Amino acid sequence: MPSPPRNWRPVADGDTLRLRAELLAKTRAFFAAHAVLEVETPALSAAAVTDPHLFSFATPYSGPGPRHGRMLYLHTSPEFPMKRLLAAGSGCIYQIAKVFRDGEAGRRHNPEFTLLEWYRVGFDHHQLMTEVAELVTMLLTGRLPLATAERLSYREIFQRHLKLDPHRVSVTELARCVEQCGISMVPGMPMDDVDPWLDLLLTHGIESRLGQGRLSFIYDYPASQAALARLRPGDPPLGERFELYVNGLELANGFHELGDAGEQRRRFEAENAARGAQGLPAMPMDENLLAALEAGLPDCAGVALGFDRLVMLAAGKAAIQDVIAFPADRA
Amino acid sequence: MATYSTNEFKSGLKIMMDGDPYAIVENEFVKPGKGQAFNRAKVRNLKTGRVIERTFKSGDSVEGADVVDVDLQYLYNDGEYWHFMDPQSYEQLTADTAAMGDSAKWLKEEAICQVTLWNGVPLSVAPPNFVVMTIVETDPGVRGDTSGGGGKPATLETGAVVRVPLFVQNGEVIKVDTRTGEYVSRVKE
Repeated sequence: MPSPPRNWRPVADGDTLRLRAELLAKTRAFFAAHAVLEVETPALSAAAVTDPHLFSFATPYSGPGPRHGRMLYLHTSPEFPMKRLLAAGSGCIYQIAKVFRDGEAGRRHNPEFTLLEWYRVGFDHHQLMTEVAELVTMLLTGRLPLATAERLSYREIFQRHLKLDPHRVSVTELARCVEQCGISMVPGMPMDDVDPWLDLLLTHGIESRLGQGRLSFIYDYPASQAALARLRPGDPPLGERFELYVNGLELANGFHELGDAGEQRRRFEAENAARGAQGLPAMPMDENLLAALEAGLPDCAGVALGFDRLVMLAAGKAAIQDVIAFPADRA
Repeated sequence: MATYSTNEFKSGLKIMMDGDPYAIVENEFVKPGKGQAFNRAKVRNLKTGRVIERTFKSGDSVEGADVVDVDLQYLYNDGEYWHFMDPQSYEQLTADTAAMGDSAKWLKEEAICQVTLWNGVPLSVAPPNFVVMTIVETDPGVRGDTSGGGGKPATLETGAVVRVPLFVQNGEVIKVDTRTGEYVSRVKE
């Protein structure tokens, strides 16, 4: 008889799994009290994310029906169908969904993880930050000492930690800053695009110092990093996007949501063009989302919060694998 | 030689950087909320042993290094080079002073060593973890002292010097841990 595999047991311990269940229950109670509706949307879709830095798992569908013979993609977030619900008049909604991202594994990443995603009709990104702080503080109280939450613009964190203005800086200046920070020369960095350099400095030079002992919201990102956020006109125009960091851990990403169907299509197309330039296949853009935006998305803000990472903070664990019963290596 | 994507990075993987072979010691995947992901790796230069940090864009590829570990038998030193033989194929290889590093002082003829080859040429030589050698010079100690405390230097037949307990005498055979350079025990001939 073959011997059983040695690693059949869960990685997360019993206390952590009970804490995880408690945090999920408290989260659901929070949204029930705020009259936000829990919804479910498909994990498997004929459309996929076009972001050149996200990789969808794909699987061919061979069964009957109109999707016969099509490639289907596991979602990397439930954002697109949730916006279709909003456009259809759902009102405020939330979802706790398993999402899937190929190529992401490490102490803070598991290729399959749990996102808490919610949308608030009539909120802008600042109002949503207030609610995110309320929920996260409630969930972490008694488990992590937290000072008052702070809000800093993307420009302020670069000025504070690296003494440069991320909206005006050149690649040459960024490369000099990378060297001054003692970060090794990274092969293949583009000389015509500041964003990868800003990402390098953020992850290697700033991130570990963000949100030490408190919730730290970073907001107003460069227009080139707006993702699905609307742009606020100005000099320069800024993406109404925010991120939340606690103890150097990136916990949530939110947007004052882009509702302009034409602008959304242009961003999808630009991302697919960027994929092509990197030798990556173009992804089928979500025409259903574009049609929903065309019909009219209510003014809203939305946020996706990495639930496993929240459990890490609450449980005092350093690795995401420690809060998941069966992480990728044992799945 | 093969190339490796950052997705194949794991500790022990041998890669080429700036013309030198390196081994990955540690690999961390880092990614901002949106945008470019990186692999932040600690790598050891296999020629110098020095560990440095290097970051790669995730998904990029790196040239692999043709580095393998083989067990070879030490034959002799000709004054300039150390000669080894593959006990299976009888093929002979020579290692220079740089490859030998500190290992030379632990080698007696016929010892089986782990030799790291880069493009077929010895890059480094690791002696057996334990060696048995005769003491050729040490001060007379106190015979009754078996405590092992204190100790004294002893020169071995290969020239290596180790600290031994006071009761260990000239001409005795001892076992030494080459990883720490420490005396383990006396060996009855």
